[in-house]
Amino acid sequence: MIELKNLQAGYPGRPVLEGIDLDFRPGEVLVVLGPNGCGKSTLLRASNGLLAKTEGEILLDGLPVERLSAKDIAQKTAYLPQSRSVPNITAGRMVLHGRFPYLNYPRRYRREDHEMVERALAWVGAGELTSRMLPQLSGGQRQKVYLAMALAQNTQTILMDEPTTYLDVSCQLEVMALARRLAEEGRAVVMVLHDLTLALRYAHRAALLSGGRLCRVGSPEELLAGGELERVMGVRLGRAETEEGWRYFYR
Amino acid sequence: MNSLRTSSVGRKGKLIALLAGLVLVSSIANLAFGAVSIPPGEVVAALLGWGRGTTAAIVLYARLPRLCGCLLAGAALACSGVIIQGVLNNPLAAPNVIGVNSGAGLATALCCALAPGSVGLTPVAAFFGALAGVLLVLFISERAGAARITLVLAGVAMSSIFSAGIDAVVTFCPDALAGYTDFRIGGVKNLSMARLAPAFWVILIALLLALSLSNELDLLLLGRETAQSLGLPAKWLRLVLLMLAAALAGAAVSFAGLLGFVGLLTPHILRRAVGEESFFLLLSSALGGGLLLTVCDLASRLIFAPFELPLGVVLSLTGGPFFIWLLLKQRRGSSV
Repeated sequence: MIELKNLQAGYPGRPVLEGIDLDFRPGEVLVVLGPNGCGKSTLLRASNGLLAKTEGEILLDGLPVERLSAKDIAQKTAYLPQSRSVPNITAGRMVLHGRFPYLNYPRRYRREDHEMVERALAWVGAGELTSRMLPQLSGGQRQKVYLAMALAQNTQTILMDEPTTYLDVSCQLEVMALARRLAEEGRAVVMVLHDLTLALRYAHRAALLSGGRLCRVGSPEELLAGGELERVMGVRLGRAETEEGWRYFYR
Repeated sequence: MNSLRTSSVGRKGKLIALLAGLVLVSSIANLAFGAVSIPPGEVVAALLGWGRGTTAAIVLYARLPRLCGCLLAGAALACSGVIIQGVLNNPLAAPNVIGVNSGAGLATALCCALAPGSVGLTPVAAFFGALAGVLLVLFISERAGAARITLVLAGVAMSSIFSAGIDAVVTFCPDALAGYTDFRIGGVKNLSMARLAPAFWVILIALLLALSLSNELDLLLLGRETAQSLGLPAKWLRLVLLMLAAALAGAAVSFAGLLGFVGLLTPHILRRAVGEESFFLLLSSALGGGLLLTVCDLASRLIFAPFELPLGVVLSLTGGPFFIWLLLKQRRGSSV
């Protein structure tokens, strides 16, 4: 489990995050919300040590993240950045990269790694894409392949930075449903999202950031009831109860 | 899935076998044809030590070192290109574009001017020159946020700075690079096996190390942050891989001069054929680069026989139009 304690992080001369206390709990989808430039991506990058903190503590299974090697962190946390390059390799090969943290030099992938890749691709419903080249896939299919890579990495925590951007609505719903399934398997899923209705519908908990500070953390209902979400994001939201639970909409 | 994987590996394996076959054929042709044509049977006899007289001498002392020079320089520059393009995540980066070759050239010129007669030192000097070039590129790409065009522009600027340095050395010590024009254009004339030996070892070791790091290179293609989040100490690995690229380019420049385009051309052609998996790309580029230089060298001897065109001229005359075609294709929006 990742715990952030009084975290301050940012860039030289420009602190982005201040005084963040937050934990990423297994079995839960946590969405990080907030306006552009409030530090959502910085929060994810600092959480797995890609960006060095300036103050506070980041604990990964109780150990300070700065004391762990890139390999140790990669065995505990998977990270899907917002922008990714699309190399001209097969989807299967891409997912195989998720097994990299488990190998030592001169890293040769083993039979069990290939089996893991097969299972991960089947799990996200992309088994038939194994031998297809990445540039030939649609945005939604690529996103599934990236998710399968994170799954093959077999980590307890999965961090995703805007995983639904550029996807059509049905693909967005599919990605969110996959995130829920990952949480049901006992993983901690942390997602930066812009679509509030999607976020509130699928999140177990939501964290609202504004100006680099954490305004509020709680269930979607709590966030909506407090009024901060509408104030910070500058929108009005409504919700309606359906047979499948609460659905949120912009008013 | 395993069967699919095997078929993909099988296809690439066949392609590599085909390239190896072509290298063999072009090598024999390279040894057999020129100002004097020698029947392939006699070429093989000379190689096995059964030859006699002038033909055997031509094969063993004139053409064989030249062929080895082509194969080594082609393999080294092409693989250096694969590594540099992968590490900098920039398809336009290549040893000759970003100043690695001219850095090695300047160091070679300085070495020849300051310590004439120490042939064994030139690959070492060339390595450090290439390394200086590559580290400057890395430094600038980090500072400039790795924007692709900035990187290439900075590389071009660095290339001309290093080239001016070479000119300055040659102006003050005209004897430093005895065949200066040849060095500048690039070529494999007047080589001996003894002169090739140090570069051979550097290239062999660097190639083997690069192949053993192909999975790491694959990860860097995903971008530095993704690579690091997958457990790769990205900063350190980038440095190691660029040092290997510098060793390869430096060793090649130390005996073949400033050959252009091999490092840019070969990876681009083969990336289309074998994809971007670094292991196959490195292996096929090593063969493809050698093949390209061997064929160009043969052409340089045959086009105006008995006169010879310099190898670098033939290479640039074929490589230049290809590069322009590549730019036009990119402009039309195709991914390369």
